[in-house]
Amino acid sequence: MGEYYVNSGGNDVIFIGDCEVYENFSPVTLWQEYGIPSYIRGSAQQMIWQSYYLLEETLQYETPKVVVFNVLSMKYDTPESTGSPTRREAYNRMTLDTMRWSPTKWKAIAASLTEEEREWEGLLTYLFPILRYHERWSQLTAEDFAYWLRRDTVSHNGYLMQTGVKPMTDSYASAPLADYRFGENSWHYLDKMRLLCEEKGVQLVLIKAPTLYPIWWWEWDAQIAQYAEENGLLYLNMIESIEDIGIDWNTDTYDAGLHLNVWGAEKAARWLGEVLREECNLPDRREDAELSATWSKKVALYEQEKQSRGGS
Amino acid sequence: MRFTSLTFGLFAGALLFLYYRVPGRAQWAVLLLGSLVFYLSAGAEYLPFLLLAAATTFFAARFMAKRTEKAAKRRALLLCLLADFGLLAVCKCAGYLPMGISFYLFQSAGYVIDVYRGTAKAEGNFLRHALFVSYFPQLVQGPISRHGQLEPQLFHSHEYDPKEVSFGIQRMLWGAFKKLVIADRVAPAVVALKECRGLGFLLLTVLYAVQIYADFTGGIDIALGLSRCFGITLPENFRSPFRAKNTAEYWRRWHITLGEWMKDYIFYPVSVSAPMRRLSKAARKRWPKFGKRLPVYAASFATWFVTGIWHGVTPNFLVWGLLNCAVIVISEELTPLYKKFHSRFRLKEKKWYGGFEITRMFLLMNLIRACDLFPNVGDYFRRLGSLFTPWTWECALPDLGLTGLDWAILALGVALMLGLGQLRDIQETLWQRPALRYCLLFLLFLAVLLLGKYGVGYDAAAFIYNQF
Repeated sequence: MGEYYVNSGGNDVIFIGDCEVYENFSPVTLWQEYGIPSYIRGSAQQMIWQSYYLLEETLQYETPKVVVFNVLSMKYDTPESTGSPTRREAYNRMTLDTMRWSPTKWKAIAASLTEEEREWEGLLTYLFPILRYHERWSQLTAEDFAYWLRRDTVSHNGYLMQTGVKPMTDSYASAPLADYRFGENSWHYLDKMRLLCEEKGVQLVLIKAPTLYPIWWWEWDAQIAQYAEENGLLYLNMIESIEDIGIDWNTDTYDAGLHLNVWGAEKAARWLGEVLREECNLPDRREDAELSATWSKKVALYEQEKQSRGGS
Repeated sequence: MRFTSLTFGLFAGALLFLYYRVPGRAQWAVLLLGSLVFYLSAGAEYLPFLLLAAATTFFAARFMAKRTEKAAKRRALLLCLLADFGLLAVCKCAGYLPMGISFYLFQSAGYVIDVYRGTAKAEGNFLRHALFVSYFPQLVQGPISRHGQLEPQLFHSHEYDPKEVSFGIQRMLWGAFKKLVIADRVAPAVVALKECRGLGFLLLTVLYAVQIYADFTGGIDIALGLSRCFGITLPENFRSPFRAKNTAEYWRRWHITLGEWMKDYIFYPVSVSAPMRRLSKAARKRWPKFGKRLPVYAASFATWFVTGIWHGVTPNFLVWGLLNCAVIVISEELTPLYKKFHSRFRLKEKKWYGGFEITRMFLLMNLIRACDLFPNVGDYFRRLGSLFTPWTWECALPDLGLTGLDWAILALGVALMLGLGQLRDIQETLWQRPALRYCLLFLLFLAVLLLGKYGVGYDAAAFIYNQF
């Protein structure tokens, strides 16, 4: 997430959302296949209110043509509904600690904490993370120093490369829900996201990434489809297009269908790039010499990592 | 608002800024406002208790100042003390202790007794008196100041003095180090060792000594440091107590202001009271030597009884007080025997004997102090008895909740705490060497920041003496 600040600017597409965006779409493929420069501002279990403020922050750095938002996080209505306090804090920090200081960050923090966590000194630990991690030094391992000394970025324009393969063997099932309606707060932030995009002249595209779990209930899908229709938005439920995309659950996932590996992410990007080019009229920017030079370096790094980690 | 919290740091900083921006004659109003905010932050429901203490002592003192007849003065004093200590007793028995009540009630009671004795002048302005009672740096864990010492400073105009403020901040930082790096680090081991007997119990007494010393002196350092930033010097509450060679000396070095309060307002009045003189006279007829010492012993008993109750109404605090009293009385009774022993063996001339006395006193006080930890007195005595049975190592170090690194930091912190002794001399030396001073200050700040036990994952531990 924090790597965005050195890569900001010049992107036609910005992805916003949870792990279903930062592991399922390869920006390098979008560039290579369609000349679409893009960046993924994704983080683990990113909540919709965090997505909104990340979008608000991103639009202070650049104005893309398209913002792609993965709608899975609509299922969480409030910070209280996102799990145990420990788990929630861990995920919150993955998003919030990486944001630069700004009023937007402050608003993102305030929106992400439960009433109980919004205690003054708790808030301060988000602004001054050392107050939270002051004893981290006692748990340092060699791996910490490996990242500390590393000069290259960990992600490829926000994409976290996975090269493992773990086929999906069983289909997933979940107990039916008592209530499938998305909460008011989720709709509130989706509305805010839509209005902000309208204000900035950015096209908002809603997607549901092509993964099998967590289950994307048809009742949820129907609500998003209706919202998209009512507001003139493009909504792509990529689960329905898994065959078109060409995902093979024996080879294209590293965790049995929860997320895609690099081969799956390239297929998903290829499919999405085609749709975005046609539906959003995105130009092919490969003729732009300066942009091409920048991206050729990114492509080289991407290919190098892919090869070194056993990809081809 | 805990002394070691960020909120308190910001609050104190803002108040200091305001304090030195207003005219000198208005500075006390800033302190009163700050004290009110500080007290309200603990809970508005505690404020009536503070106001009651301030009001009863204010009006009793005013009444006494206007009267000349001793009986009326005495009645006013007794009524006031009865109201205040009755309130304290009710609170203690109900287990409902408004923040700092034991400290401000003792301080204001001292004032009203001083007015009765004619050693202090009755304050004519209630707000000024309210500041004397509620002055926030010393409100929650002392020191217990005397009116004659504190009052002139509170209402005197103070110019900003960089040296004083710098010394104050240094002392606050040092107090935070003791509390967050030492006291709160050793706390889990103390809790774990409470289950142990034999050697484990002995280790508990030592670690509890470290914890309570670091905790209490840390809090006092912050109180004295902050007050110094305002240009107000509060009395010292500790003077290297672990160097004491006997119990009486120990209590002249530990919680000094409470000890002096007890001495002036309980020990002396009881020992020279008319009933005591009569009792002594009667006793001398049968036991001439003992009868002579009886008033002192009776006064000691009364003093330690009250000191025990002051700490808590559970039986263990009473037993703790009486154990201290017993050690003092027994030592006094055995004095002739000691003299004979030393005149024969001349051990006091040996170099090692001083060290032996200090160690003996350290261990003895540790054993008595451990009584604090066991509300069930029987439990305490069973553990004490286990020291005289064959020792078994029931509690291995890894089970105490501290890592090897924790022990190393603790050892270093304790060595630093005991080695530094009186900070004042070091501060003066460092004032002449600014570069070294800033380096050490930065290192101390870093130590508190990185080694302190605070924040998420830790229960924000209150200072132990906040509960009294």
